Amino acid sequence: MVLVYTEAHNGQFKKAALEAVTYGNKTAQVMGTKCVALVIGEATNPAELGKYGAAEVMTVNSGNLAHFDSQTYGHAISAVAQQAGAKVVILPHSSTGKSLAGRVAVKLNAGCVSGANAIHTMDGGVFKVKKNVFSGKAVAEYQLNSDIKVLTLSGNSLKAEDGGADATVTAMDLEVPASRVTILGVDKQQGDLAPLPEAELVVSAGRGMKGPENWGIIEDLAKVIGATTACSRPVADTGWRPHHEHVGQTGVAIKPNLYIAAGISGAIQHLAGVNSSKCIVVINKDPEAPFFKAADYGVCADLFDVVPKLTEAIKKAKA
Amino acid sequence: MKLLVCISKTPETTAKIAFKDGNTTFDENGVQYIMNPYDEWYALVRAVELKEAHGGTVTVINVGPASNDVVIRKALAIGADDAIRVDADPNSSMFVAKQIAEQAKDYDLILLGKETIDYNGSEVGAMVAEYLDLPYVSYGTNLDIADGKATITRDIEGGAESSQIALPLVVSAAKGMAEQKIPNMRGIMIAKRKPLNVVAPVAAEDLAVVASYTVPEGRTSCKMIDPDNMDELVRLLQEEAKVL
Repeated sequence: MVLVYTEAHNGQFKKAALEAVTYGNKTAQVMGTKCVALVIGEATNPAELGKYGAAEVMTVNSGNLAHFDSQTYGHAISAVAQQAGAKVVILPHSSTGKSLAGRVAVKLNAGCVSGANAIHTMDGGVFKVKKNVFSGKAVAEYQLNSDIKVLTLSGNSLKAEDGGADATVTAMDLEVPASRVTILGVDKQQGDLAPLPEAELVVSAGRGMKGPENWGIIEDLAKVIGATTACSRPVADTGWRPHHEHVGQTGVAIKPNLYIAAGISGAIQHLAGVNSSKCIVVINKDPEAPFFKAADYGVCADLFDVVPKLTEAIKKAKA
Repeated sequence: MKLLVCISKTPETTAKIAFKDGNTTFDENGVQYIMNPYDEWYALVRAVELKEAHGGTVTVINVGPASNDVVIRKALAIGADDAIRVDADPNSSMFVAKQIAEQAKDYDLILLGKETIDYNGSEVGAMVAEYLDLPYVSYGTNLDIADGKATITRDIEGGAESSQIALPLVVSAAKGMAEQKIPNMRGIMIAKRKPLNVVAPVAAEDLAVVASYTVPEGRTSCKMIDPDNMDELVRLLQEEAKVL
């Protein structure tokens, strides 16, 4: 069977978790088996994962899993995988999933591919799966030679599909060792918006904004379409915007459906973090900005003029 | 304090990415190699700073062929005291992790970059930690050591988390942990005389390997929109691109 680890936040499943269950179900179908979802800690309604394709839901609750630690979580996920006889373990390609994948792979002696972006294929009996490499400049197809496989699913690779029925939920009894990590604090700087790696729509801006006080027009545009805001490296480095908004090679790599970039020239390091976006709109007054070569749609004009006009046009189209 | 920094060799950021032999092999023709920036700018520089503050030694480890020595010498020039090169081709993350774990049994702190800029896997740190049964904190943006404990801030989606863990442990480094440091001439000269120990690999399987590559079709043409007609852009995003 296929085991999917699903992350919840404040009791609600993250979008990446629902995508992972849909992906797990499709993976299971190719293999002629079933998809089981694993929930660690509190989730308001674990049964709802059935709607997205989980045949069963297993839950693990332990005081030793009260906060995330790759060691205790890795232990729990591997133990469930072994008990249930999982052949494929799927994790989200989040900070959590990426710090778990290697551990789980070692415990299960499994081949590991992080950032898978499509359902695997069976090519002459060989399990193959694709992921982006070289910061999105190429796609590699990996061949997995192990009995068990561990994959992390890149966000926004497929749409979560609901439509099934609630699944039965089984609480697993598991011995979990105590965590050696003491959490001192968590600083959540972002409100209710989708975190950047999960976001379908992203509005981003760069040095062309001239100063942090001008960001209102970017926030307005993001608000009318429900987008997450992002920024270029110089903007984060000078402290105009928080560090977690920085997309690019050294920041967050994203692949939203729509990426709107205003006042960003498009340095190769920035493109490396965003060129997997399905559609890119570039607004820049410099016709020579390299970003236009990597864009689907371009507007060559002053962003202070264009961005509010675009916001109004969207409002009008939605009305 | 004994610090170990795992360094990887990657194509330079602006290198042309192409493949050969029926798209099964990365084409190295004309490619300049560098130390993986996350390993160098953040993990290695922070390790050297911690050594300068608390005393101890910094060892760098690399899994790769003799042609990697130039990258290893650079790490020594930046301030590492000695180096280990496991003489083998790094074909899979688990193979590399196993080699590192074999050499890493006697260190207080093992540092590496959050991922390499070529395969972007972010797998090796967690694997090394698991082989050694050590805690692992990924995406560290701040790392301090006091009284045998590490205090770490790490990036999580939309924010940051700080934690405290007794040594030894494994930490992956992200932007913020340190600043890039250019080696000076004295460092480069001394580096030539620092020990670089070449060791044979231990047996390990490649459980996941690249079978083939494809290069996605780039965006061929950018459709320019009249700045005075944003209605047209909205229409295209809704009807042509279908993303709104």
